Amino acid sequence: MINVLLITFAMTLIYLSIANRMGSYIKILVFQGLLLFGVSFIELKEINILNLIFILFETIVFKTIAVPLLLNYIIRRNRITREVEPFLPNFISLIIVTFIIIVTFLLSNIIEDPHLNKIYFVVAFSSLFTGLYIIITRKKIITHVMGFLVIENGVFILSLAVGNEMPMLVNTGILLDLFVSVLVLGIFVNKIGDVLKDVDVEQLQNLKD
Amino acid sequence: MIAEYLTGAIIISALLFLNRNRLLNYMLVAIFITGQCAFTAYEYNHRNVDEFFGFFKPDALSILLLITLSIISIPAYYHSYVYFLKHKDIPQQRGIYFSAMTMLIAAISAAYLSNHVAVTWIFVELTTLSASALIYHRRNSRTLEGTWKYIFVCSISITFVFIGILFLSIALQQAGHTDLSFPDLLNNASGLNIFWLRLAFIFIFTGYTAKLGLVPMYTAGIDAKDKAPSPAGALLGSVLMNVGFIGIFRFYEIIAHTSLHLWANHIIMIAALLSVFVSAVYMLKVKNIKRMLAYSSIEHAGIVMLGLVAGGIGYYAAILHIILHAFAKSSMFFQMGQVYRIYKSKSIYDVGNYFKYNLAGAMVLLLAFFCSAAMPPSGLFISEFMIFRSLFEAHYLFVLIVLLILLTIIIWAFGKNIFKLLFTPAVEFNDEEVEKIKWYESISQFVLLGLVIYLGFNPPAEFIDLINDAIKNLPH
Repeated sequence: MINVLLITFAMTLIYLSIANRMGSYIKILVFQGLLLFGVSFIELKEINILNLIFILFETIVFKTIAVPLLLNYIIRRNRITREVEPFLPNFISLIIVTFIIIVTFLLSNIIEDPHLNKIYFVVAFSSLFTGLYIIITRKKIITHVMGFLVIENGVFILSLAVGNEMPMLVNTGILLDLFVSVLVLGIFVNKIGDVLKDVDVEQLQNLKD
Repeated sequence: MIAEYLTGAIIISALLFLNRNRLLNYMLVAIFITGQCAFTAYEYNHRNVDEFFGFFKPDALSILLLITLSIISIPAYYHSYVYFLKHKDIPQQRGIYFSAMTMLIAAISAAYLSNHVAVTWIFVELTTLSASALIYHRRNSRTLEGTWKYIFVCSISITFVFIGILFLSIALQQAGHTDLSFPDLLNNASGLNIFWLRLAFIFIFTGYTAKLGLVPMYTAGIDAKDKAPSPAGALLGSVLMNVGFIGIFRFYEIIAHTSLHLWANHIIMIAALLSVFVSAVYMLKVKNIKRMLAYSSIEHAGIVMLGLVAGGIGYYAAILHIILHAFAKSSMFFQMGQVYRIYKSKSIYDVGNYFKYNLAGAMVLLLAFFCSAAMPPSGLFISEFMIFRSLFEAHYLFVLIVLLILLTIIIWAFGKNIFKLLFTPAVEFNDEEVEKIKWYESISQFVLLGLVIYLGFNPPAEFIDLINDAIKNLPH
């Protein structure tokens, strides 16, 4: 079951590479949150109940409800157009993201580790690099934030892989999530909307040498 | 004591944030500075004693850096007051500024003293938050851009560090342990799985370069030091870099006890040499003096890491260098605040003939230039010379030659701009309404630069002991 969920997660990454609208990005993030909820619900059997509740709360309330709502609000408030505006055509994005997944898959074959389920490693790394790829190739600042959220999801999966032995690390990871997302999203994107007319990375090229 | 210190710092920071009264603000800051000094003295007298369930331990390195921080924090507050006297003083913004600065200093102290991988990580994250409030202080589109880039790059790097910690924990589980505190990791270093440790090192090193200011993540720090007000820039360009250093250093200690030592050395060496190279390229090109200082910090970070790589006397020199650099660079940033008040510009085209307008300040800049460029009588000359020697002894001759060529370029570019600022009259500069800067505003910079010279040439025995104690875990 976990394999199915994680493979679906990897498929959302491929969809992310060709999605063309802000709305689809947000929907993908919601769906990823649901998948993470499922994975953590099945995987973390051995940790105590309070920790489990905290983690489930994080995935369902935070990742699937609060953050997408906030993103929606920011997009409406700053009147961000609904196209994603990538620098590269979607077809190339598709090839690159597929390539990322294949490479991490091949890379995972080096690992000889009885403790670790390789599929966690593959999915976590794929979403890490896909997130970085999205940050690099998309034009709007808000898509950068979404790319960062994809990276966060990858980190969450990776921390679940060691979660049963070290629940403290999962909790720290969640703290990172809460902290950074609230800081970056809530405070900053709104400020940028207030100060700059167009929320575009081309506005952020004044500081240079 | 650390728990009391942090609680106190948070309370003071919250009060500063809420308070709108100038006098109360002064008093709160005075209380915090006293507390910071008392805390430093306490930790100094309780070396190597575990605190707060073993999460914190003041070892020699953290004490050295903590003392550096406490010394620099006093002029930082003083120059912040001068800054608010001379610039627009809105009570709310003043409150946020001082609150953030207090939080930054407390978080840096805790990050130094931390004895646990995850605890260091948490406090490094806190420094990002408080530093970004300082960078955004002026609230215009340029500071916004600087802050946004800083937060974004630092968030990504902090995520990288977290991934590194996860890999480290996988390596540790295989060795049959679950404790991520530094002494335990050090004891079990030889039993860790090489594959995971390698991944952990790459991620943790990359993550902390954002704070230390090395290739690849150095970019955010440059904008931050430029856009923050000068006193805050001084903290970002000196003590905050040391946070990145301590993060890398503690993990390097662990790596040095495994078979990955040589491999890690090569990774660090490539990053360090590239940093010096990047710094040399931008120093030739840059026209903004504050950005130039920031690039000079990157050069010094590169030199420090090369000292660490070379080993032998280089370990000692690296610690000495990072401490002395903090003093030299912070005094230069403090001075930039005064330069800006005279010329209302940071561009090299608009400034000049500084000796005419501010004699004491010009002396500071001249001396600070000699110190930063590591010319005698600077203490950095001693440490840099020792690093060159260690590189030579470690048979990294090629690295040494490239480094020396790059440093020559950097000193030339640095000197060209500083001497333009000091001696060449500025074009079309109207000096009728120039503000007279009081000589006593430069005292703190002279003290810091005096420390650079004194600690380099005549280090007290206790200081040498502390440095030797700090590097005792590295293989000799």
